[in-house]
Amino acid sequence: MVHLIVEASKYLMIFLFLLYTYQCFSVFRYKEQSAKQIRIYRTQRILLYAIHLDAYLVLYLTTQNVQMIGFYLMQVVLISAIFLLYHFLYRNASQLLLNNMCMLLCIGFIVLTRLSFARSLRQFFYLTAGTAAALIIPVFLQNKGNFRRLTWFYALAGIAALAIVALVGKTSRGAKLSISIGGISIQMSEFVKILFVFFIASMLYQKHNLRQVVLTSVIAAVFVLLLVASRDLGGALLYFVAYLVMIYAATKKPAYFIGGLGGMIAASAVGYRLFSHVKERVAAWKNPLSVYENAGFQVSQSLFAIGTGGWFGLGMNQGMPNKIPVVEKDFIFSAIAEELGIVFALCLIMVCLSCFLMFINIAMRMSDPFYKLVALGLGTIYAMQVFLTIGGAIKFIPSTGVTLPLVSYGGSSLLSTMILFGIIQGLYQMPAALPKQSYENAQYKDGKEIKKNGKTKKRAQ
Amino acid sequence: MEKQKNAHNKKKKSPVNREFTVVAYVFFILFLAMMAYLVYFQVVKSERFINSPYNSRQNLFSEHVIRGEIRTADGHVIAKTTVAEDKTETREYPYGRLFAHVAGYAVNGKSGLENQYNFSLLRSHAFFLEQFANDLSDEKNIGDNLVTTLDYELQSAAYEALGGYDGAVVVMEPETGKILAMVSKPDYDPNTVSQNWEEINQEGSTVLFNRATQGQYAPGSVFKIFTTLEYYREHKGTQDDYSFTCSGEYEYEGQTIHCAGNEIHGTEDLRASFANSCNSSYANLSLSLDQEQFRSLCDSLLFRRELPIALESGVSSISISSGNSNSMIMETGIGQGKTLVSPLHMLLVTSAIANDGVLMTPYLADHVENYKGVLVESNQPKEYGALLSKDEAALLQDYMRAAVEEGTAGKLNGQSYTAYGKTGSAQVSDSTDETNAWFVGYAQKEGKNDIAIAVIVEDSGYGSTYAVPIAKKVFDVYYR
Repeated sequence: MVHLIVEASKYLMIFLFLLYTYQCFSVFRYKEQSAKQIRIYRTQRILLYAIHLDAYLVLYLTTQNVQMIGFYLMQVVLISAIFLLYHFLYRNASQLLLNNMCMLLCIGFIVLTRLSFARSLRQFFYLTAGTAAALIIPVFLQNKGNFRRLTWFYALAGIAALAIVALVGKTSRGAKLSISIGGISIQMSEFVKILFVFFIASMLYQKHNLRQVVLTSVIAAVFVLLLVASRDLGGALLYFVAYLVMIYAATKKPAYFIGGLGGMIAASAVGYRLFSHVKERVAAWKNPLSVYENAGFQVSQSLFAIGTGGWFGLGMNQGMPNKIPVVEKDFIFSAIAEELGIVFALCLIMVCLSCFLMFINIAMRMSDPFYKLVALGLGTIYAMQVFLTIGGAIKFIPSTGVTLPLVSYGGSSLLSTMILFGIIQGLYQMPAALPKQSYENAQYKDGKEIKKNGKTKKRAQ
Repeated sequence: MEKQKNAHNKKKKSPVNREFTVVAYVFFILFLAMMAYLVYFQVVKSERFINSPYNSRQNLFSEHVIRGEIRTADGHVIAKTTVAEDKTETREYPYGRLFAHVAGYAVNGKSGLENQYNFSLLRSHAFFLEQFANDLSDEKNIGDNLVTTLDYELQSAAYEALGGYDGAVVVMEPETGKILAMVSKPDYDPNTVSQNWEEINQEGSTVLFNRATQGQYAPGSVFKIFTTLEYYREHKGTQDDYSFTCSGEYEYEGQTIHCAGNEIHGTEDLRASFANSCNSSYANLSLSLDQEQFRSLCDSLLFRRELPIALESGVSSISISSGNSNSMIMETGIGQGKTLVSPLHMLLVTSAIANDGVLMTPYLADHVENYKGVLVESNQPKEYGALLSKDEAALLQDYMRAAVEEGTAGKLNGQSYTAYGKTGSAQVSDSTDETNAWFVGYAQKEGKNDIAIAVIVEDSGYGSTYAVPIAKKVFDVYYR
């Protein structure tokens, strides 16, 4: 009987999530803020709660652990609190982005609870902290609007934080990723990436002549090299791509982007020669079964999980996701595909894509070049992170050891992503961010006038 | 996405946002490519991972499914699971040792078809309402059955023909790639693998080893097929001009190669050298061959690569290079030297010759059906590729026929079927007189499919004396 409920729930969850995903895209058929759109967003929230409930029902039935019920209720309260919070504090927030964020958080809880109850519980407290952070962000953004002038603070703080990790960080799986403060392990690069984006945006939003681009590149290179020194190559890649995209958007010169990509390929080749663990990961990517005993073990296990799960999954608690090393972080996607199915996993990718497209959409709708760049940079970081972690898990690309934002276990990752979403949603509230005539004109004038325009802006705030 | 953007751009479509659109598209395409890859992985590549013996997830299915049966093409059950009243399951092999290596075992690890088709056997495609009812009543579903290409009569014939010798016999249809029989000895009783695990795994024991696919033997004169082909490629059109006078042995720079039993073959052309399996003649012509070209010929004929079969198999090795000493070149040319081959490898090359140069991918699983007989998935004959050209195949067909009509495989002459073949007697090592008897060949008869065979009889004697009769017994049963 339990088996039957597990099986039925499996298909029900896929069906509900397919519906949800469809609505992520179909909602754009209707006019903004129209009654129809609002109805769709409400349906999405109902679907979200339904999937969450169904999953915990199965988790309870298969484990017979009464704590599941209490934990489930705690999550319902927290998720509802996030909805309410955004409703009051982020008046103009994109409903779609908000729904997607909570959907991803719910999926994260479901999978983490299945993998390890204790970890999931800890994740719950990280999310509570993240929610508190999201509470402060709009206040910050609205009252201290001079974020664009803290350029060197971003650079120094970011570099200092990464340097500390490179010097005294704890080594795990070949890379130095975190430092421990008062018993809490903090993965600095997760937070520094936000500083990094702010730094580049503040460097380039006004001036983007050669001198400015070179200066930005030099500082950005310090960030990236510090990550390389810590052997956090996934992080280095993430930063580098964000840098490239932002330079391209600011200067409007595709040559920078293409040249940068060329540099990236060259750097990858050098990295391949320099780092033995890069070589191993590439070998594991080419043919994981041939190096099964060593480097290929993780990817092989991930592919066993995805393949055996098949289109519709094995059902909650019916697989062996814990066979995959670090499944709760870098390979959470494989655990989802194994038990919830590839169809569900494909929907998950679509939801992440929907988040990214909303980021870009928000970036495009704003008129302030600084905020536009910030939104684009953060959006790129998000998309790239999703791409690296899922691509690595399914052997589309070599695995780089990055987490899936909002879904993977890890306080730093969760907190920084909550901040990231909060900033983008918060930016959209800013009066300065809303379309303004002066901006349109400024774009086509040269240096001096842009500066003048900048002053106008300042007064406006 | 188109819509997503348009909807919001209606208000403000300015060139300001062009870069943003480009970035959005780039990531959009990356994500789509990633999703496409995931679908591609599931459709095309996942089977390889799912069926990997490393994949312990397969066993999860045994909690809800009773392992299916393995059958021969003619309906004999060679492996089945019986459920006792207390619901304990036992895997039984009704024919015991007869199908030991090919069917394999499913305890203490897995091997053979039990291993390769583990996942198929552990899935149930029973009628969904029945599965539903079983789920409700907490009963297990009945797994799917694997119907193999194996032929019970041929398997028995090959098994009995090999008798008390160690060795292997493999039979396949050159036109389809269907494996009809696969025997390896020494063997074991798969019903008692678990009880006798210690004994069959003790040091030096090779009973679990499938000699037909994993065995590594010196090919001896069977290798002359390769040498002949290389000579033909270098002397196309003038191959009939070759002439050699055999005096029972051949000496070159102090190295002597003997003919089997020091038999004196007299003056022979290439065809007669092949039919007589004359070592002296082949040592002579080996010295003239372009070694680099010879090596690439061997590589194109499946040396040093995984054989295309879903079963544990060995990789054949050979050492040919222009730097080799003359004695090594002569040894290699007659199938000694450092060359090691599996019986399956020789069978595949023979099949390609029989099939006018084209090798069909060998397979053992004909189809999978649910326990009521409804087809789940079936394998169709698949071309592996052309190993030889048509004229090369025709030449070797003619030579292999000569070996039957006037050479070492004479025991196959004058039958109701037309047989072709090549014998071999391979010295196991320099230090012993022990020889392994080889035969590879095929036979044809109007109204029946062709079949090809490879036979190796360890520690026996001449191929013509020990291996040919085994092939004959199998042909006799098949064509009677």
